[in-house]
Amino acid sequence: MGIVFALPCILGLLVLSLVGVTLGHRRSGTAVVYGVSFVLSAALLANGGIALFSAAESSAWLPLGLPWVGAHFAIDPLAAAFLVIVNLGAAGASLYALGYGRHEKEPWRVLPFFPLFLAAMNLVIVADDAFTFLLSWEFMSLASWVLVMAHHHDPENRRAAFIYIVMASFGTLALLLAFGLLAGPGGNYAFDFIRIASPAPMTAGLVLALVLIGAGSKAGLVPLHVWLPLAHPAAPSHVSALMSGVMTKVAIYAFIRIIFDLNGLPEWWWGLVVLVAGAASAVLGVLYALLQNDLKRVLAYSTIENIGFIFVGLGLALAFQANDLASAAALALVAALLHAFNHAIFKSLLFFGAGAVLTATGERNMGKLGGLIHGMPATALATLIGCAAISALPPLNGFASEWLTLQAILLSPQLPQWGLKVLVPASGALLALAAALAAACFIRVFGVSFLGRPRTAVAERARDADPWSRIAMSAFALLCVVAGALPGFAVDAFAPVTTEFFGAQLSPQAAVPWLALVPVAPARASYDGLLILVFVAMSAVVVLLTVRLFGAKGVRRAPAWDCGFPDSSPVTQYTAESFAQPIRRVFGGLLFHARESVTMPPPGATAPARIRVEMRDLVWDFLYAPLALGIEMIAGRMNVLQFLTIRRYLTFVFLALVTLLFVVAL
Amino acid sequence: MIFLRDLTVQFVQMGLVLLLAPLLTGVVRKVKARLLRRIGPPLIQPYRDLLRLFRKEVVLATNASWLFRAVPYLVFASTWVAAALVPTFATNLLFSWSGDLIAIVALLGSGRFFLALAGMDVGTSFGGIGSSREAMIASLAEPAMIMIVFSLALIAGSTQLSAMAGYLLSLQEGLRVTLALALFALIMVAIAENGRIPIDNPATHLELTMVHEAMVLEYSGRHLALIDLAASLKLLLYISLIGCVFVPWGLAPAESDWRGYAIGVLAYIGKLLVGGIALAVFETFIAKMRVFRVPAFLGAALMLGFLGALLRFVSGSF
Repeated sequence: MGIVFALPCILGLLVLSLVGVTLGHRRSGTAVVYGVSFVLSAALLANGGIALFSAAESSAWLPLGLPWVGAHFAIDPLAAAFLVIVNLGAAGASLYALGYGRHEKEPWRVLPFFPLFLAAMNLVIVADDAFTFLLSWEFMSLASWVLVMAHHHDPENRRAAFIYIVMASFGTLALLLAFGLLAGPGGNYAFDFIRIASPAPMTAGLVLALVLIGAGSKAGLVPLHVWLPLAHPAAPSHVSALMSGVMTKVAIYAFIRIIFDLNGLPEWWWGLVVLVAGAASAVLGVLYALLQNDLKRVLAYSTIENIGFIFVGLGLALAFQANDLASAAALALVAALLHAFNHAIFKSLLFFGAGAVLTATGERNMGKLGGLIHGMPATALATLIGCAAISALPPLNGFASEWLTLQAILLSPQLPQWGLKVLVPASGALLALAAALAAACFIRVFGVSFLGRPRTAVAERARDADPWSRIAMSAFALLCVVAGALPGFAVDAFAPVTTEFFGAQLSPQAAVPWLALVPVAPARASYDGLLILVFVAMSAVVVLLTVRLFGAKGVRRAPAWDCGFPDSSPVTQYTAESFAQPIRRVFGGLLFHARESVTMPPPGATAPARIRVEMRDLVWDFLYAPLALGIEMIAGRMNVLQFLTIRRYLTFVFLALVTLLFVVAL
Repeated sequence: MIFLRDLTVQFVQMGLVLLLAPLLTGVVRKVKARLLRRIGPPLIQPYRDLLRLFRKEVVLATNASWLFRAVPYLVFASTWVAAALVPTFATNLLFSWSGDLIAIVALLGSGRFFLALAGMDVGTSFGGIGSSREAMIASLAEPAMIMIVFSLALIAGSTQLSAMAGYLLSLQEGLRVTLALALFALIMVAIAENGRIPIDNPATHLELTMVHEAMVLEYSGRHLALIDLAASLKLLLYISLIGCVFVPWGLAPAESDWRGYAIGVLAYIGKLLVGGIALAVFETFIAKMRVFRVPAFLGAALMLGFLGALLRFVSGSF
């Protein structure tokens, strides 16, 4: 088992992608590609799980890639943890796609690249040298780019794909430079060598900045997030689930691998930077999400929020580690890992639900949905569980990881630095704000699209998805409940990872009575998802029985009361925009320059009153627009270089050579 | 033996909160009426209302889904479990460790999540207005509450309510700045969370001002009874919470005999009475504010809570 088993599985995925090329135009292609993807992902998941629980390490070397390095592969506890996260999402997406993929109009644009994408993500995680890592990383970007381009007839998707490929190349460049700095002039790219050579403080700080750009842009940290809400929704829904639920986790893996493992011991201000970036992403991500009307775009923005949560955990872990508080660092890292695991589950689930809605209605705009709970009961129930989990409601899994993050924050008064003392509670407040806004966001998502009355005829006709999709959604909804009731097992599973980095781990949770979660000490804090679940269920049942026994039993159906004015048209319902209006008024003015203007007709006139809302994306306006303008200007200036004589070109070559010789000589 | 005793305390508490919750609502209504020089309904009127509602048939809107029918049970159950975890008359609840204060806040959040969804289920504009405003209020009240939890947890060194109460009982020194800030913030949050004046008016049915009542407008019969009972329980929970953390005197400690428990119950009823009367007096003296003033009110609560937590982060002596 271990790497010896993982590599053939990944090879299988690569072969499958070639098979996908030939099968793309056949009817059987969908079943074969997704079926085999499911089997291979499940095998990789089992392999990762065994490696994680047995804490076994394994490595392999293949004579591929750079001649003096070769290709190194290894599975250590960290890689095993992320193999589990990635392949759990991959198996779910493959299962879902067995049904969903049949609705694809041009399957040959998806089938060859889906297994390639899965293989590339797995390779990033098992890579044990910088060259293999970067090569796989680039493959992952390109494969997902092709998948974003799958529906390229829509100009919006083409624009999304263009912005994605620009940002992805930029991110890879940053990672390339980071690895260059880490490997130093010796240029040994194997992780084992990088690990031994601890970099100088300046270099390490630079590496942190580059990795925040490289991995952070892939994960969707604000302000590098702009591509994410465009590209994730543009892909077919099962790929959206993979990109949002899983690929962002690969970026988290890259961050942990480089910063915690390869970059030497952290300094306290690293934690500060990561913490601030995470907290800002959490709040801005969810506020953006609250103001979107496109179902899949809301989910993509909410990914930014959750990534922010994870980065806050990572920042705390860095701050604790820098101050030799090993057990606190272990708690913070476990909280981040658990949230990564949980987010992979519920975000995939929500994208599956959005995909089912898209198949049934052809609509992503929430303003044209409504009342889907009647026609699509199974999808509605699964999505409801996903919405409750992502809103961090006990006893589901989102709450367990959020609770652990808050517990880690509560340990931080031990930190000596003043910057951290002030900013840690501030980011705690921002996290709490983000969590509360997330609940509002998902009340809006579920309430507007699944509840109420159908706003269009397609929404009224919508019927539940095919059995494969329903199985995938139900399985993930069940996972949300199980992972929420028994978070202790996941915490125990991540213990070898914290031992690997900090030499400390949380006390074993499986030994705690009643399977509660006790991160520090029983007197300090404990939470038992299982008991809470049982209590709520028992109370509800007791009340139900009491009411059934002693209360009235009748139910009469009648038109809605609505204060005596039942309105005939579904248009009078609250829409997504009107639901978010109070929150837009509270936060939008400052953060989005939101302006509302109402034009009222003069008294007596029968013209309709109109409301206009203007919002601006400040990140785009103040960061990207000037950047794009600058690049365009420089490009325009340099355009003359395209039309020179051969003499001048030779002069340039000569000058470049002389300059380089000077640099080398100095 | 200890297990049996703690189990009994747990069950007695669950029954007690359920029994006292309508009475508390009755007291608040009666005091408000007396302050306005009305006679007011008798104290047991809320019980009669509940019984009457339980005996009536449910009138469901034509397009109400299964979620609409499930929500009252979910809301009631989550509120009841949350109320069962707050020490009221004794600290040795058997299951108090299964959820700390963060979990209690989140459990109440679950109830609100489902209630807001139920408000949108029938597809009327009033349901939507209520849910949307409730979501806005919660998005500020919940972080304020978490900040209060932070302040208290940093003082007591625990997020467990029983540990907090025990620590504050044993506290020798006098007032603490953080505690005072947390108390103010908690009262503000409690007013907002329970939809009391000046945030919301539980007695109103004026369309433009209602929040909670707009969400539950379509409910009737036993469903409405459960939601009303859950609302009373929530009010009781917040007063118990303030009592347990800020005036923990009288709470029966872990090793007490029946006299300790009797004192605990009496002290608890006394605290509820004081809390209810104070709430009624406060509500009579103040006018309801516009909906878009609410963010400023709750923003102040959030800042107070944050300040309290920050002081504790910066120095242990506040």
